[in-house]
Amino acid sequence: MAMISFALIRQRSVAVVGGATQQLHSLPRYHGYFAAVRVFIPCIFLFLLWLVGGEAVIENLIISGLPDALKSTNSEQISLVLNRIQLAVQHGEQSTSDANILAAAERYSSLYNKGLWSTFWLTVAIGLTGYYLSKNRTQANFRARNNFEKTMSITLAASSFLAIVVTLGIVASLIFESLRFFQQIPIQDFLFGLHWSPQTALRADQVASAGAFGAIPLFAGTFLISLLAMMVAGPIGLFAAIYLTQYANQRVRAVAKPVLEILAGVPTVVYGFFAALTVAPMLRDAGGAIGVDVASESALAAGLVMGVMIIPFVSSLSDDAITAVPSSLKDGSFALGATKAETISQVLLPAALPGVVGAFLLAISRAIGETMIVVMAAGMRPNLTANPLEAVTTVTVQIVALLTGDQEFDSPKTLSAFALGLALFVITLLLNIAALRMVRKYREAYD
Amino acid sequence: MINTPTETNLDTVQASPKMAARGVNVYYGDNHAIKDIDLNLYADEVTSLIGPSGCGKSTFLRCLNRMNDTIPICRVSGQILLEDDDIYTSGIDVVQLRARVGMVFQKPNPFPKSIYDNIAYGPRIHGLAAHRTDLDEIVTTSLEKAGLWQEVKDRLDTSGTALSGGQQQRLCIARAIAVNPEVILMDEPCSALDPIATAKIESLIDELSGRYAIIIVTHSMQQAARISRKTAFFHLGEMVEYGDTTEIFTSPKEDRTRDYITGRIG
Repeated sequence: MAMISFALIRQRSVAVVGGATQQLHSLPRYHGYFAAVRVFIPCIFLFLLWLVGGEAVIENLIISGLPDALKSTNSEQISLVLNRIQLAVQHGEQSTSDANILAAAERYSSLYNKGLWSTFWLTVAIGLTGYYLSKNRTQANFRARNNFEKTMSITLAASSFLAIVVTLGIVASLIFESLRFFQQIPIQDFLFGLHWSPQTALRADQVASAGAFGAIPLFAGTFLISLLAMMVAGPIGLFAAIYLTQYANQRVRAVAKPVLEILAGVPTVVYGFFAALTVAPMLRDAGGAIGVDVASESALAAGLVMGVMIIPFVSSLSDDAITAVPSSLKDGSFALGATKAETISQVLLPAALPGVVGAFLLAISRAIGETMIVVMAAGMRPNLTANPLEAVTTVTVQIVALLTGDQEFDSPKTLSAFALGLALFVITLLLNIAALRMVRKYREAYD
Repeated sequence: MINTPTETNLDTVQASPKMAARGVNVYYGDNHAIKDIDLNLYADEVTSLIGPSGCGKSTFLRCLNRMNDTIPICRVSGQILLEDDDIYTSGIDVVQLRARVGMVFQKPNPFPKSIYDNIAYGPRIHGLAAHRTDLDEIVTTSLEKAGLWQEVKDRLDTSGTALSGGQQQRLCIARAIAVNPEVILMDEPCSALDPIATAKIESLIDELSGRYAIIIVTHSMQQAARISRKTAFFHLGEMVEYGDTTEIFTSPKEDRTRDYITGRIG
């Protein structure tokens, strides 16, 4: 519809001035755009309204029309009934024999169809209205371009605003749920407790431990694995960046750089089973051969593979940092009779250092937030250890464990996932801010 | 056509040249940038290379300490002699060569290190100072020779990039002097500087001229006239004329030189 009105109005704008398009204030295509937008935006708005609110309206109608036998003030009861009605809508008489439910189901589908069709015709009507409104305004002196630009800027602003609102919403929900958690578990127990065992009673009559929510073992596990990953990715990534920027010729660079960046495109779950099925058994066997006891799920396996995963981050960001150092500095060093290695280690790297540190910090925050590899390779045991050969667990893994499976939404066990998420968010946020600051400070020095 | 020093009646009292080019050609890929240059450069004088942009004078300058090596598509043929050694034979250590033939660039390029470390960089990598006191000595004398000591002696630990443009360029000259070179190449050292800073650099070049062979590329003919004893005029990759600066500027032998000097080409 929007496209048709674009074409029609565009033609009309030409016709209005009798083909003398230079008499129009705006180019014909802007008249077309204006009309298209006028048609499109109200229609899409209406459609979204139907998607979001339509079902709720129908449900309310159904509930108010239910026979007294099924009415209830309890919201859980109502949602149960609604579920049965919807099942009946999908499966007809197989699902239930309750005549009331079947009747409601029938009403539900007829209402739904009516709603859908009325939305459709309403959309068409609004679209046509938009079309005729813009048709009437298609005059030689109508400022279609300015109007269109304004509409576009509002749309774009709305999009960015929406993104920010969603982000803030997520953060807010993290904070509020965490606050609920801290009402039940003191914050100092969470931050400084040395024992993590979140199994609490699901129901009041169950016998279970009271649960312990000391997050230290989780963070220790996270940092141990991140450290191992950076011990792999830091040197390899940096050296690869130095090689690619300073030593490799054009042809090697043209091949090696994309290949390295493909590493970043491998799904993390693939790394995960690589770690769990290949690296971990290999390490265990190697450990066995020299008489060292290596757990089959070890921090070392997860750390090594995660290190491989973040090599491209380190190398491509360090690459940028090194390339950004003005070549005049390199020339200056060469002109003094410095060798390549001296130039790199004493001039190039110090000059690129802030950028390289920024790259490392971004890589670390990526490593801290990584989940899949650790779930598959490092195990689930909260273990306060510095020995990379043992199984450990990380913050992200525990969040996964806490939120999968049966749960009660207001138990400390579930809520603790939000607290962990918040803590993780704060840490990676700080790391990112530090990294961006470093990178920016460094840019200022050379522009 | 091309006046090589061997053909002209230059001061015959001069000893053998410090550096000499013999039939030097430079190619960037297919582009023949420098065509068959013969030139002698003497130890105790300043030689200016002048000519319009793109005439190859900077390229030639960069051949003299093999800075063109860093450009992969650049190829040099012919001989460039430093005293009696051809610097393009495989036996020559580029690192040693560049320690003997220093260079100052168009844009001041101090390292983002302290003033002290900027000067000490060269001596350190060449192992010129056995002790910290020796290094202090080198830094001090280099800055003194570059006329920068009085301005920076109280802040040797501040960053070299914090200095003004003219000071940065003198810092770069001091840095080049610190490794005790025999020849200093300067590639338009004043083109990024204001007139006062330029005047300081020019008087510095004048002071240094007795101690080092200085070869300077410049776009300013006045500058060439002020500071150099010999001038070579380059045009389209050829060296059109070489001779005493006063002669080049007052009675050029070649039409092209006269046209350039009077502003008709360039």
